[in-house]
Amino acid sequence: MREITAGEITRAVKEMAMSAAYHLGEDVVNALEKGLEMETSPAGQDVLKQLLENAQIADEGKFPMCQDTGFAVIFVELGQDVHVTGGDLNEAINEGVRQGYEEAYLRKSVCHPFTRKNTGDNTPAIIHVKVVPGDRLKLTLAGKGGGSENMSRVMMLKPSDGKDGIIEYVVQRVKESGPNPCPPIVVGVGIGGTFERAALLAKEALLRHIGEPNPDAELAEMERTILERVNKLGIGPAGLGGRTTALGVHVEMQPCHIASLPVAVNINCHAHRHKEFII
Amino acid sequence: MSDPVVLTPPLTDEDVMDLRAGDRVLITGTMLTGRDAAHKRLVDLIQKGEKLPVDLKGQIIYFVGPTPTRPGEAIGSAGPTTSYRMDAYSPILIERGLKGMIGKGSRSREVVEAMVRHKAVYFAAVGGAAALISRRILSSEILAYEDLGPEAIRRLQVKDFPVIVVNDTEGNDLYEQGVKEYAIG
Repeated sequence: MREITAGEITRAVKEMAMSAAYHLGEDVVNALEKGLEMETSPAGQDVLKQLLENAQIADEGKFPMCQDTGFAVIFVELGQDVHVTGGDLNEAINEGVRQGYEEAYLRKSVCHPFTRKNTGDNTPAIIHVKVVPGDRLKLTLAGKGGGSENMSRVMMLKPSDGKDGIIEYVVQRVKESGPNPCPPIVVGVGIGGTFERAALLAKEALLRHIGEPNPDAELAEMERTILERVNKLGIGPAGLGGRTTALGVHVEMQPCHIASLPVAVNINCHAHRHKEFII
Repeated sequence: MSDPVVLTPPLTDEDVMDLRAGDRVLITGTMLTGRDAAHKRLVDLIQKGEKLPVDLKGQIIYFVGPTPTRPGEAIGSAGPTTSYRMDAYSPILIERGLKGMIGKGSRSREVVEAMVRHKAVYFAAVGGAAALISRRILSSEILAYEDLGPEAIRRLQVKDFPVIVVNDTEGNDLYEQGVKEYAIG
C-alpha cells in the first residue's frame, strides 16, 4: 500500500487549475495554426490570428486566456494500492480548486441553480473517480466553459438509426450550435453505455489530445467523416463564416442495451484546457 | 476588408443606421457591462416603474463577466459571453434607448425586430480572445450591483475596442451571411 497525502493532491490540483487557465496546450495551438493555413475566409483568418495572439499574451503574461475560466472537472484514476492519508480525497481536490482559482485571479463561475448565488470559490468541483490497478494516482483537470457546455446534448437514438444516424445527429448538433460555443470547437462524442455513461464518455473523449485518433479503425474513420462534414457547414471561426468550424472530433464507445443507442455530444470551445498530473 | 468604422458612445440613431452587418468597428470612449443577473434586475426595475441605476440612452452594453482584476491591472480577462441568454431582456432595454450590444452568438427574432424598430445594433467581439481584448480596456469602475461579483454593472473606458456588426438596423445577420457564403453542399 502506497501512501499519498491529501496535501499532495491539493497542491497538484491547484497547480493544474492555474496552469490550465494561462497556458493553452501545444496540440490546440498547432491545430489553430493548421486551421489558419487552411482557412479561406478573411474574417475567419483574422479571428484565428487573434486567437493565436491571445494564447501568446495569456501564456507570457500569465493572464487567463478566457474570462470563463470554467467549471473545474477532475478525473481521478486512483490506483487500488494507494492509501490517501491526512484528509478526504474529495475535499483535497476541492481545496486545490479553491486555492488555485483564488491565487490566480480566476473567475468563480459556480452558483446555486435557483437563486444564482455564487458559491464564491468555484467549488464544488465535478469529480469523477475510477479505481484502477496499480499504486499511482492520476489527476486530469479540464476547465470547462459554460458557453460550449450549454450547446451539448444527450440523445437516445433508436438502434435502427445506426452509424449514419449517429453521424447525422452530431453534425446537426454542431450546425444548430452555430456561433454560440466559440468555434473552432472540439467535439466529444460518447456512444453507447447508458444515458449518463454516454455523457461521461463524451467528456472523456475531449481529454484526448487534438489530432490523436481513436485506436479503433472504425471509430477513427467515423471521427474523420464527422470532422469533414462539420467543416463543410460554413460556420467558421467565431461563426463569421469559414472552413475551420472544428479542430477535432473525438469519439469514445462502449456496449449499450439491446433496446438503446445512446449518443452524447459534448462541445468544447477553442480554449480547450486540460492538464494532467501523476502522483 | 475595408477600414474599420470608429464609434464613440453615446450613439445616435444616425450613427447606428449607417452601420451594416459585416462592418468592422473600433469603439473608443465609455461603455457599460452587464450579463444575466444584471439584465434581470434592470428589467425588474423597469417593470415596476422604478428608476434605473444607469442611464441607457445612446449606450452600448458589453455582455461580459471578467476575471478578478489583478493588482496593477485595469481589468481581468474580459471576452464576450453568449448573448442569447440576454434575449428575454434586450428588447425592453432597447426600447429604453440602448443603442448597441456586444456579445457572441445569434440573437432571437424578437431582439432583431426590436433593433430594426428602435434603431440599435448588435456587435460581436471574438469569443475567447479575452486576454487580447482586455488590452483595449483602459479602466473599469463598478456602477451598480457590486454584490453580483463578476456580473456587476461596470463602466469601461476603452480605446480601439474591436467588434464586428452582426445585426444592423435593416435586419441583416452576419452569421447567416457567413454560413451561406462558406457552406459546401
